[in-house]
Amino acid sequence: MISVQACLDGILLGILFALIAYGMALQWGVMNIINIAQGDLVILGGYIAYFMYLYGIHPAWGVIVSPIIMFFVGIAIYKLVINKVVDRDLFISILATFGISILFMQLMNFAFGADVVLANSDYGTTMLFNNNVVLPNSKIFSAFISIVFAICLVIYMKKSKLGRAIRATAQNARAAKILGVDTEKVYAATFGINAALCGVAGALISITFTIHPYMGLPYTIRSFMIVIIAGLGNLPGVAMSGMGLGVFEEFADYILGTEFRIGSVFLLLVLILVYRRFKLSRKREYLK
Amino acid sequence: MNKKNLILYIGILIFGVAAPFIFPAFKVQLSILCVLIVLATTWNIQGGEMGYNSFGNILFYGLGMYLCASVQVGMFFPLAEWTESGGEKTFVHTPAQFFQGMAVGLIVAAVVPTIVAGLIGYSILGLRGHYFAICTLGLGVAAGEISGGIEIIGAGQGFTTPPFPDVGSLESRGEFFYFLSFFVLILTFIAVRGIYTTRFKLILNAIRDNEDKAEAMGIQTMKYKIVGWMISAFFCGLAGGIMGGLVGYIDSTDVAFDGREMGVFMVLMAILGGKGTLWGPIIGATVFHIFKEGFWTFFLGWQYVALGVLIVVIVIYFPEGIMGWLREKYPERFGEVVDEKDRKAQVELK
Repeated sequence: MISVQACLDGILLGILFALIAYGMALQWGVMNIINIAQGDLVILGGYIAYFMYLYGIHPAWGVIVSPIIMFFVGIAIYKLVINKVVDRDLFISILATFGISILFMQLMNFAFGADVVLANSDYGTTMLFNNNVVLPNSKIFSAFISIVFAICLVIYMKKSKLGRAIRATAQNARAAKILGVDTEKVYAATFGINAALCGVAGALISITFTIHPYMGLPYTIRSFMIVIIAGLGNLPGVAMSGMGLGVFEEFADYILGTEFRIGSVFLLLVLILVYRRFKLSRKREYLK
Repeated sequence: MNKKNLILYIGILIFGVAAPFIFPAFKVQLSILCVLIVLATTWNIQGGEMGYNSFGNILFYGLGMYLCASVQVGMFFPLAEWTESGGEKTFVHTPAQFFQGMAVGLIVAAVVPTIVAGLIGYSILGLRGHYFAICTLGLGVAAGEISGGIEIIGAGQGFTTPPFPDVGSLESRGEFFYFLSFFVLILTFIAVRGIYTTRFKLILNAIRDNEDKAEAMGIQTMKYKIVGWMISAFFCGLAGGIMGGLVGYIDSTDVAFDGREMGVFMVLMAILGGKGTLWGPIIGATVFHIFKEGFWTFFLGWQYVALGVLIVVIVIYFPEGIMGWLREKYPERFGEVVDEKDRKAQVELK
């Protein structure tokens, strides 16, 4: 029964990871930037929902409010920093976003304090299999909301004008520019959408799990891992590997103990990268 | 080596030896500066010269720190009981035991990370570009998280390194650690300077500029990459061992595998000074340390905010670093011949 519990928990958690990873895949594909501050944007989104909870509004509304605020935060970050590193060396962008990550981490630490917090949604729990498996309704709610947001975004990317422009820029930025796409605007919008997705995910995390100013980096690493397993632009892959990672994490938590949970995530990242490196080197290729 | 350089080196050497007596209050700061220079210089070997930007050298630094302290304790006392007793010491090192332990500990702290680098090098160095950067970032954080769960080295509550023995003078602790770190600094400088005059450095540069072409020219790039990384690891381990003794307390995520502070500092210092130069990381580390110690206290808790802003500003507006800026301004000093006509045209353009 514990394994069923871990599997279900992992899948519901993994859907959330997949949402964050989708944002990362988006900006990676379009702007060729790996955003180390991704996890910190998630945590910031979570704090927005938490504050609504503190002021007596139901934190579920954070799912609506937080992406709107985060969209503008994303645009601001883009205008201030990212647009200066977009076409430079990748390491520069990694280091710059690492700086943003440290900055955000510490600002959140000042603004919200170093306590682990949780926005209580009072959704109750669902019992399954003779009360052997306990699922908080908030987890089911969050998985449902993330699926809804993901589907909306996919439709938006397929149908709307901006979505088409984003996809065109991802394929070939120069050609898109020649054909009249304002790539600068597309980049800003992409970063904003990514931040908004982080905001949704953060709000959901603050309802279902806990948030803490220093918890950002693991989310970045998780989403990076999901993207490299699935590959850029492979949406079902992102969803599947997100859930797989969630299940892995729940089992690692259960078998090794909670203190090794984050460590096992980071080790898994290293193992996956090394595995891919050996697999590719047989064909005399490398990760790029 | 020409005469001017010789005078410069001797001047620095004399200053280095005299420094703790001129500024007795800053001995600890000076030792930390030496360690920082060592870290920045060795990061530069694979970050600047080889083009493999690593966030993971902190792994070797932390490993060296834990190993040195564990060996120093473990040689004479049971390690588990030592960490259990925590702050209240039931065991006291005699001076002879302390120095013996330190010597053996430093050797272990240098050798083991080198072997580790060699072992993981083949897998990790096959990754390129940002995959390498993120993979090493993961390694560093994973090491911190895992060492935080191991009981025998103190787990979450940290590990107190042996206190400096009573050898008569109060000043001797600072002097000992200063001269130790200064010695390691000189060792590093000589080694790195030696490496930079050989073919090895040219191969590293070839790997940085175009690895596929280097391979096509018949260079076994993997071998050289691993050796470069091992050299880095050797000095990182040494620096970590010294830093552990200097700080006196090892915590898994805040002191040893501190990717958020030391792990970024070494990258930042090398970039600030100028990647891929001999003097760049040294100048960068000095400037950075002076800035950090001079202004950190004014920020009062806002240090990390300042650090974040500093990283972004340096990376965006100053990626070439101090040496790169000097090189652009005074190209003759760097042995580049500048056409007089070109210069005039440049001035007119400006």
